[in-house]
Amino acid sequence: MAAAVRFFIRGANSRLSVGTGTSGSLGAALLKLSPSCSSRSKTQRRHAAHFTYQPDPVPTQYGETQKMNLFQSVTSALDNTLSSDPTAVIFGEDVAFGGVFRCTVGLRDKYGKDRVFNTPLCEQGIVGFGIGAAVAGATAIAEIQFADYIYPAFDQIVNEAAKYRYRSGNLFDCGNLTIRAPWGCVGHGSLYHSQSPEAFFAHCPGIKVSPHKVKDNIKCSFTDGDPPHHSRAVMQVPSQIINNPLQKSQDLTKYKINTIIITMKARLKRWICDLLSVFFQSVVKTGRLLVSHEAPVTGGFAAEISSTVQEECFLNLEAPISRVCGYDTPFPHIFEPFYIPDKWKCFEAIKRMINY
Amino acid sequence: MAAVVVSSMMGKMYGLCFHAVRRTAGLKAPWLLHRRAFRISAVHRQQPFDSSLEKPQFPGASADFVDHLEFIQPNVISGIPVYRVMDRQGNIINPSQDPQLSKETVLNFYQKMTLLNTMDRILYESQRQGRISFYMTNYGEEGTHIGSAAALEPTDMVFGQYREAGVLMYRGFPLDLFMAQCYANADDLGKGRQMPVHYGSKDLNFVTISSPLATQIPQAAGAAYALKRENLNRAVICYFGEGAASEGDAHAGFNFSATLECPLIFFCRNNGYAISTPTNEQYRGDGIAARGPGYGMLSIRVDGNDVFAVYNATKEARRRAVAENQPFLIEAMTYRIGHHSTSDDSSAYRSVDEVNYWDKQDHPISRLRHYMTARGWWSEDDERSWRKQSRKTVMEAFERAERRLKPNPELLFTDVYQEMTPGLSRQRDSMWRHVQQYKEHYPVDLYEKQ
Repeated sequence: MAAAVRFFIRGANSRLSVGTGTSGSLGAALLKLSPSCSSRSKTQRRHAAHFTYQPDPVPTQYGETQKMNLFQSVTSALDNTLSSDPTAVIFGEDVAFGGVFRCTVGLRDKYGKDRVFNTPLCEQGIVGFGIGAAVAGATAIAEIQFADYIYPAFDQIVNEAAKYRYRSGNLFDCGNLTIRAPWGCVGHGSLYHSQSPEAFFAHCPGIKVSPHKVKDNIKCSFTDGDPPHHSRAVMQVPSQIINNPLQKSQDLTKYKINTIIITMKARLKRWICDLLSVFFQSVVKTGRLLVSHEAPVTGGFAAEISSTVQEECFLNLEAPISRVCGYDTPFPHIFEPFYIPDKWKCFEAIKRMINY
Repeated sequence: MAAVVVSSMMGKMYGLCFHAVRRTAGLKAPWLLHRRAFRISAVHRQQPFDSSLEKPQFPGASADFVDHLEFIQPNVISGIPVYRVMDRQGNIINPSQDPQLSKETVLNFYQKMTLLNTMDRILYESQRQGRISFYMTNYGEEGTHIGSAAALEPTDMVFGQYREAGVLMYRGFPLDLFMAQCYANADDLGKGRQMPVHYGSKDLNFVTISSPLATQIPQAAGAAYALKRENLNRAVICYFGEGAASEGDAHAGFNFSATLECPLIFFCRNNGYAISTPTNEQYRGDGIAARGPGYGMLSIRVDGNDVFAVYNATKEARRRAVAENQPFLIEAMTYRIGHHSTSDDSSAYRSVDEVNYWDKQDHPISRLRHYMTARGWWSEDDERSWRKQSRKTVMEAFERAERRLKPNPELLFTDVYQEMTPGLSRQRDSMWRHVQQYKEHYPVDLYEKQ
């Protein structure tokens, strides 16, 4: 785990040019310990982004904004929650010193050791603990260090968190529980630092799985009344709390999947408005649909989207719905560039679909 | 020889541990009255680094070097002793340990235990007749429920497994609601969604039971942590069987509650069996209590058929858990007299003689009755009339529950989320359309109408 941590902080530093002082110095210290630090640029550049983030236009409706990368906007959302909700606590493995992805930097100093704290290294314990805290009335924000390590807590999430309200007839609930987990491929994460487990959870009534729209989604999930779990772009983020109803982004018709879409936004401007959100109206209008996600194709969430669109838009479809996803293999290390459903795979699928 | 050495070492360890705890408690006592202390253990317990000393400097443990090879032996032959207040004839063994409970309190204990017993008999029979789908009795473990529940404050949160109905009984959960849950009728607070005996009550701070074993253990730790932050003199008790203690979640809960310093009582009902699995196939250490010190947790083993021993241990654990913000482990030794559930025939894996011994010669109810009889608080007549009266009350509630309609099928869709999602409301509408069309194939008359 220590090796993995060093690896990722290095990655994060080089890619996102960390701004805060503490994380910068920590990154530097770790770099010194790493014998391969001078040759990192080669590996990094070779796998350099298979996508290009495009900043959204600066939002004006929420007041003052600040330029943040994704982890900073997570910290900002957590900060807002801790300051507005005295019951809110943040916990998980290594969150106290700021987290291995720097998402909780400074929060312990600002809010105290009883509100931002480390737990023993035990995922089922973290989620179980979070459920209990939420049941007793606290806002519990649990961190699972990588989405790949959420499976030990699968029982607590699926059998407990998701069913708490239902089974008790709404006497008890853990609606104030949020589980955050870094998610998706990173260029060199291999089997256990790259997974996209959303489809495992999409099959479970009672939880909300919410990738993207980081700050507003996280904020609303902290106060949403039902337990969800999250994912990574420099953007303009309002400094105050914004409450965006999760319901809307949850609705299947507006489901956005993954970084791929953003890549395509850069490259395939012509189709972008149709591909960005999978909604029925756009399929009705265009008659074609391509769904893409990093996770393996079989049993992936794209299957759910395509069968639903097929049901709802059968008479409008002019080509078979196309799925461009990860292959049905574990997520490999050195073969990652061949594994991921990158823009060329998507582009080819779109060409075939357009010429159908 | 080895065993002796080990036990003396263990004794030293326990002694040190108690000493440390006593010292911290003493230091904090004056201001505990006002406010709970938040001990930050990570810094507090890890030994300070000092390279000048010729002793181990490993951050992971505070210990001396030893120059000979010796493995620590587990002490299972002569295990942690079983704390007992009265013997099998209901005589107080050591007067200093007598909790001196009033006649009313003791009568209440007895009546709650026997009422639970009566309800068990009636509901067990009703399952045998196919009137409810499933049931689990509490035979032989009534003492653990009542004794521990009585030692708690009503505001303390209870997380249970499924064989703790006596705790609810003690807190005054109405017979009608027990029955409503088992019958899954329209009065059930759980809206008829779970199997029988999965009770829950918000008002009585009894968190709804779920079937997956041991999942409640780390949850109890989280709840205790939240209550500690609220600082309202509340504790959490978490019940589980010795079988459930083998689950990974038990390990998680014990360790979290110790490192995060939660005011929590772990109450293990060690009744010798997990369905058909005897304890020698469940663990090889000295039961569950012996695991406590490994987690840095104060632990005790009590006679679960002695309601006063259970009461005393819980009372003290509760007092200290709240004052010192640390978890306690109580292992109540008892025997599962009934079958595991109505889906189990325990004669397939254990002898009737064994069961009879516990039922006839060492039962928590008869032991308390001996105690009451010796004081002249209970007579044969009292027994007869109470038996008759309790049976009547239970039967009445039973018949009321049976006559009641089932909840509206609409409730199949609510509470999945706080608000019904658009997708779910479409599914609900589609169900109603379907049921409307094919109503002769669905038991619509048994359910409340919209």
